[in-house]
Amino acid sequence: MQKTSDIGELQAIAKRVRQHIVTMICAAKSGHPGGSLSAVETLVTLYFDVMRHDPANPTWPERDRFILSKGHAAPVLYSVFAEAGYTPIDSLNTLRSLGSIYQGHPDRRYIPALEASTGSLGVGLSLGLGMAEAARLDNSPTRVYVVLGDGEIQEGQIWEAAMYGAFHKVDNICAIVDYNRIQLDGFVKDIMELEPLADKWRAFGWNTLEVDGHDFAALQKAFAEAAATKGKPTVLIAHTIKGKGVSFMENNPKFHGVAPTKEELEKALQEIGA
Amino acid sequence: MSVKEKFELKMGAATREAFGKALVELGREDSNVVVCDADLSKSTFTHLFGKEFPKRFFSCGIAEADMISIGAGLASSGKIAFVASFSAFVLNKGFEQLRVNVAYAQVPLRVVGTHSGISIGEDGPSQMSVEDISLACSLAGFTVLSPADEVATFALVKAAAYHPGPVFIRAGRLKVPVIYTAGQKFEIGKANTLIEGKDLTFITTGLLVAESIRAAEILEAEGISAGVIDIHTIKPLDKAAIAAAARSTGCLVVAEEHFTDSGLGVKVAQAVCETHPCIMEFHGIGNYYAESGTPEDLLTKYKMTAKDLAVTARKALARKK
Repeated sequence: MQKTSDIGELQAIAKRVRQHIVTMICAAKSGHPGGSLSAVETLVTLYFDVMRHDPANPTWPERDRFILSKGHAAPVLYSVFAEAGYTPIDSLNTLRSLGSIYQGHPDRRYIPALEASTGSLGVGLSLGLGMAEAARLDNSPTRVYVVLGDGEIQEGQIWEAAMYGAFHKVDNICAIVDYNRIQLDGFVKDIMELEPLADKWRAFGWNTLEVDGHDFAALQKAFAEAAATKGKPTVLIAHTIKGKGVSFMENNPKFHGVAPTKEELEKALQEIGA
Repeated sequence: MSVKEKFELKMGAATREAFGKALVELGREDSNVVVCDADLSKSTFTHLFGKEFPKRFFSCGIAEADMISIGAGLASSGKIAFVASFSAFVLNKGFEQLRVNVAYAQVPLRVVGTHSGISIGEDGPSQMSVEDISLACSLAGFTVLSPADEVATFALVKAAAYHPGPVFIRAGRLKVPVIYTAGQKFEIGKANTLIEGKDLTFITTGLLVAESIRAAEILEAEGISAGVIDIHTIKPLDKAAIAAAARSTGCLVVAEEHFTDSGLGVKVAQAVCETHPCIMEFHGIGNYYAESGTPEDLLTKYKMTAKDLAVTARKALARKK
């Protein structure tokens, strides 16, 4: 795997990742395209630029950790894993089928290089804190990255973890809220409003950065700022568009958890490739 | 040797205290041992570890779910991680996290629930853990331990630290009689036959092991030979020991400080049905919540004493005839 900070190269990877996402979900006939597409730039920036990791040595003790707490966005993680060389690209389309390593939600039993099996919302930030604490105890340079859904942070355990992270000054963790403003039943503001979201995180004691979650340069700058911030954990509120890159999926609650048809896939691939 | 001669049953420490002391010894032996607490360290005795190893002691506040997931993160990063709270809280409030972050994820976290059963006394039903055996055993891949005295607790906590896979340990608040002699070896998964009986066998765990021994003493005076098997490992269950008792005595009384409809009894019944069906009685707590009171008053009212166990044993024997 070749790491890069070049924005043009990162954009090219993101394009392939989006193609994989819509293709594999169409093949599976089920899955979550909207929240996978919104998190593409975040995961590509982390895996291809920011994180210290090595697909050839996935058990390297001092590697950085990544947890996709919003486990239903598994297709973006699988696509990035495949592009990075952890898992095969050619079997991505076996997503969700019996025996596939690409299970419906990330499952460490099938892909040991995953740091966590996720899918039940609200537990990933605490898990990441435990990993971050272990790293601090070992004086390891490991940093931990946890991607949270916006709807997910309606779960109470997230705020238990938020208290812990600030109180214990866990500065080697960085949470990213994929703030695409849509959850299963509709718009977040109509189900359980999160605003004022940045104020909430600040009040909990986190270094809180707001960023355009589709802007590689902005993400790079924010992750660097997070790493440089000592004495408190950082949260990136990544403002994103659900379904980003496919016009008829963008901001459309329908595509939270519905697969594109073959016709829709064709149109989606055209738009992504353009 | 009579039962009375064989077992002195001198009062010892509570199993929660033995747990706390074992943790300290583990901490001294292995710098990889870490402990998480949810504001009950003085009650669970993890404060002993926290005092000696503050850097390896993680205070999570009153947030059991968070504590379990943090513990899972520590354990999946190679730490020998213990999380402890009252059994009622760690299992009921943390069940989802135990299922997803520990059992399903196959993370070797050590989970300790103290204050099990009704013998906690005055605090009442909100703190009484009477369904923990059922909950812990339903977590796939978990080993579930239920030591009866300080010797067993010390040995099993130390064994659990290096046992593959996740472990739940059930401990109690009350001081309990010492059953085992110091240095006794325990093998996880292998039940201890304390008394060989001819007429019936008590299959029991935790607080009721000592009571079962006392019940065997009462019955002995009536010319009844009652055996006692200590199931210190509820999962995996030692089916061979249970089958052997079923075969040799043809009559089993399962005794536990837990709901009878979902605890050790139903698991023993399954093993008996699969191996050597025989007369069985189930002595424990019905499907209701108890109340406040002194532990002694509660154990008497809710029939958790040797005298009550002897009554159940006679009932079982009457069915055998």
